[in-house]
Amino acid sequence: MAADKVDPIHQFHITKLVPINLGHYDVSFTNSSLFMAATVIVGTLFLVMATSGRSMVPNRWQVVAEMAYSMVANILRDAAGKSGMKFFPLVFSLFMFVLVANLLGMIPYFFTVTSHIIVTFCLAMLVISTVVIYGIWKHGLHFFGLFAPSGVPGALVPLVTMIEVISFLSRPISLSVRLFANMLAGHITLKVFAGFVVTLSAAGVTGMAGSVLPLAMTVALTALEFLVAFLQAYVFTVLTCMYLNDAIHPGH
Amino acid sequence: MASNVNTTAEVHHAGAEHGGAFPPFDSSTFASQILWLAITFGLFYVLMSKVVLPRIGGILEARHDKIAKDLEEANQLKASSEAAGAAYEKSLAEARQRAQTIASDTRSALNASLDAKRHEAESSLSAKIAAAETTIAGIKAKALAEVDGIATETAETLVSTLTGESVSRADVAAAIAAVTVK
Repeated sequence: MAADKVDPIHQFHITKLVPINLGHYDVSFTNSSLFMAATVIVGTLFLVMATSGRSMVPNRWQVVAEMAYSMVANILRDAAGKSGMKFFPLVFSLFMFVLVANLLGMIPYFFTVTSHIIVTFCLAMLVISTVVIYGIWKHGLHFFGLFAPSGVPGALVPLVTMIEVISFLSRPISLSVRLFANMLAGHITLKVFAGFVVTLSAAGVTGMAGSVLPLAMTVALTALEFLVAFLQAYVFTVLTCMYLNDAIHPGH
Repeated sequence: MASNVNTTAEVHHAGAEHGGAFPPFDSSTFASQILWLAITFGLFYVLMSKVVLPRIGGILEARHDKIAKDLEEANQLKASSEAAGAAYEKSLAEARQRAQTIASDTRSALNASLDAKRHEAESSLSAKIAAAETTIAGIKAKALAEVDGIATETAETLVSTLTGESVSRADVAAAIAAVTVK
């Protein structure tokens, strides 16, 4: 148990709560699944209960819900224009899901869904496949004009197209790794500094005096992690909107 | 129940032994995470697009409409109050004009009647003055006429007393006339 406490990786372990097997695949209901479900329930309940008054002059909870709504709507409208608003439910769901999952992960002993690369990668692929499928369905082959910007001298077209293709393919990776790495690194750092406090205070009076520093660091990092939790959800949303803009307006 | 707890404990134990792999890169958990993410995120998407977003959007739209309506109403009220203000100003100006007319009319009527009365008084006074002057002139002429008589008599008495001679009244009168003419 003592080893568990100072092991910063332990918090990312996935434990099966209800083992389920589908053919060759292990699709057990795990602690990760539990917190995904918790994210859905908390996110939905918060937004529904915050707006239960439906008041003309909102109370503070309703203001938060309305601010989330108008913030995401503004990001999407600024990046993709009015025609981008058809993706508003998707973008808003992504923002709220990531934000609530990040914030739930800040509660001690809670699992952070977004600290696993596969989750963030799936969300990123959802965005990119939406871009590709909608882009081809709406613009046909013109969608690939995205990779050959107009106004480039003929000799440079192959080079520029190659760069554009690589940058397009790296998008889901950068989008998912950014979120995953931020959540993972933040939680590890927090755990390491909190672990210092435990180990040092076990080493007598001098250790207790020395543990003040890592304790202050833990407090400061906790505040920083709350900021990161929001900021990463925001960044994920902004980038999603910019990528969706490519699907709606493929010409550069 | 007991077997269930047992399996959970075994799984946990197995996980701890297995612990070499870094959990986020442990591909044995990927299938479960992908499936449950698809289920939960799909549910979340449906809840957002069917329940939450129409709800918040409706609230925002209702507020937007209400504000627009109230602004329009306020503009109408402002316009009507401005019209009322203008009408008030106009009637005030009219009333002031009328008051000025009435005042000037009254002033000129009073002036006219005053003038008439003054003229009357002046003319009656000048008539009286003229009558008095006539009377005075008459009295003066009468008195002057009597002065000649008195002078003649006095001169006659003086001459007769001083010289002892009697002088005719006609001579005395001629002498006095000669003196007074001179």
